[in-house]
Amino acid sequence: MRRSKIKYLSTGNEACGEGALRAGCRFYAGYPITPQNELTAYMSRRMEEENGTFIQAESELAAINMVFGASVAGARAMTSSSSPGISLKQEGISYIAGAELPAVIVNIMRGGPGLGNIAASQSDYFQATKGGGHGDYRSIVLAPATVQEMFDFTYDAFSLADKYRNPVMILADGMLGQMMEPLAFDDNIKPSGIIPKPWALTGAEGRKPLSAKSLRLGSGKNSLERHNERLQEKYKNIERSEIKTELYKTDDAAKIIVAYGSPGRIGRSCVDTMRDDGDAIGLVRLKTLWPFPYAEIRKLAERGCEFLVVEMSAGQMVEDVRLAVQDDNKVSFYGRMGGGIPEEEVIIKKLKNRG
Amino acid sequence: MGKTYTRPNSMKDVLTHYCPGCGHGMVHRIICEVIDELDVRETTIAVAPVGCAVLAYDYWNFDTTEAAHGRTPAVATGIKRIHPDKLVFTYQGDGDLAAIGTAETIHAGNRGENISIIFVNNGVYGMTGGQMAPTTILGQITATSPYSRRSEKEGFPLKIMEMMAVLPGVTYLERTMLTSPKEVIKTKKAIKRSFKRQLDKKGFSMVEILSPCPTYWGLSPLESIKRIENEVVATYPVGVIKEDK
Repeated sequence: MRRSKIKYLSTGNEACGEGALRAGCRFYAGYPITPQNELTAYMSRRMEEENGTFIQAESELAAINMVFGASVAGARAMTSSSSPGISLKQEGISYIAGAELPAVIVNIMRGGPGLGNIAASQSDYFQATKGGGHGDYRSIVLAPATVQEMFDFTYDAFSLADKYRNPVMILADGMLGQMMEPLAFDDNIKPSGIIPKPWALTGAEGRKPLSAKSLRLGSGKNSLERHNERLQEKYKNIERSEIKTELYKTDDAAKIIVAYGSPGRIGRSCVDTMRDDGDAIGLVRLKTLWPFPYAEIRKLAERGCEFLVVEMSAGQMVEDVRLAVQDDNKVSFYGRMGGGIPEEEVIIKKLKNRG
Repeated sequence: MGKTYTRPNSMKDVLTHYCPGCGHGMVHRIICEVIDELDVRETTIAVAPVGCAVLAYDYWNFDTTEAAHGRTPAVATGIKRIHPDKLVFTYQGDGDLAAIGTAETIHAGNRGENISIIFVNNGVYGMTGGQMAPTTILGQITATSPYSRRSEKEGFPLKIMEMMAVLPGVTYLERTMLTSPKEVIKTKKAIKRSFKRQLDKKGFSMVEILSPCPTYWGLSPLESIKRIENEVVATYPVGVIKEDK
């Protein structure tokens, strides 16, 4: 008989760490940066309890490449950082995507550009969803909105990474990383989606030697173009299978808030407030940022819905919403930058004034 | 009478892309001979660098991964922590190891990672056209030091081994060269010692090999060997630099 769920009071950062451990992650390399430090500290304690490896690396560059090494050796591996540190990791993420290795990268976003500040932000959406490093590649990007989802999405990220041999990024704002909420999970939860890794370098015992690489100098079927075509086929497959969206009271909605992460929670509260006033408002909250739910949003647009995109950025996801809607008159935007939090009153005012 | 000199089992039966007189082919072969002698071909995982030796995985008959430029020891760290009983070594040039990857080299050594680094020092960036490396010696003309390397403008040759020697986590350092059969045998002994120490879990070690690059030194293979003996060794003296018990 399975034991009932245990409830904890946890920060998002620590929930993320525990989710990784429960998914069977036994290799973590990180580097100090606010607001993700609770995660690194948590892993330094827990990895030893689980006989895993924790390394405080000499840099973000080293950390992501240690993850490359652990992953190519067959392990479930993770690194985490916040915006400026994620910029440094982008080279490594590109190599991981090119060599088709699974890896989980956590970005607890802070304000930029440059050193910016340490307040919550969502200004790394472009970087996360459009590639980030050099070359034509995609990372699967998951966007939790609660401490519970910090655990759940990180747990799921490892199966996704293994399934597609692809980097998976957890993209959360600093507020989600540092706030505390109840977290519940089955204490007997086991890693899921464990599949054989015949590509892993384990020593050429009883088989031909393997190589892992992103360099493609060959021609014909070994050419870089063919390699890229195969990658693009994989990305299309991910787009077909892995989109996750929460639709909240959208069935009869005339106006729809589109948001993810912390603004998703604010949006939900706006929907409830305005529904009490009799306004037909709904919310599309994205759980995957890439793949992006273009078809779902287009369907709502074809039904005649208008959209207000709310982000903690100058307007990044709104570009994808516009691509989905194909009618700029139906899409408006409200964003805060540099640590500002979108306000419920402003969202409601914008929705009431429009149309 | 049987054959006394054959291709090592750890070496694939293919042609390499290396220039005539280049040292890489020799070092590749020496490594393969050592791996055969230690009988660890099936339990070896190598990390190839960005540089002339990036295609080493096409020549070696054991598991090999690529690494981003300079991140080679970080990738090796990840592999070794997952497979502590496998032989894990990096193969790096001077640009990879002593310029863009200086931090990874020093910190892998300082953590005492139980890995081996084979450091091939030819004093130039070969793959990109013979540019100045951190290890380029004073007075040497390269694609990016056309007036020769001058200490007041381009700084001094970086002696990584001597820097590494002060780190307690580093247990064995030896510099060798490829100038004669005798020196090649010394190089092989050094690589074997490094690998054996790793298998005995004695910690981080590094072998630096002074290697010729006739193409970007603008010399013949024989002149290149003489240049190592007459000029390069003066900056980079060969021998055991550190050896802990």
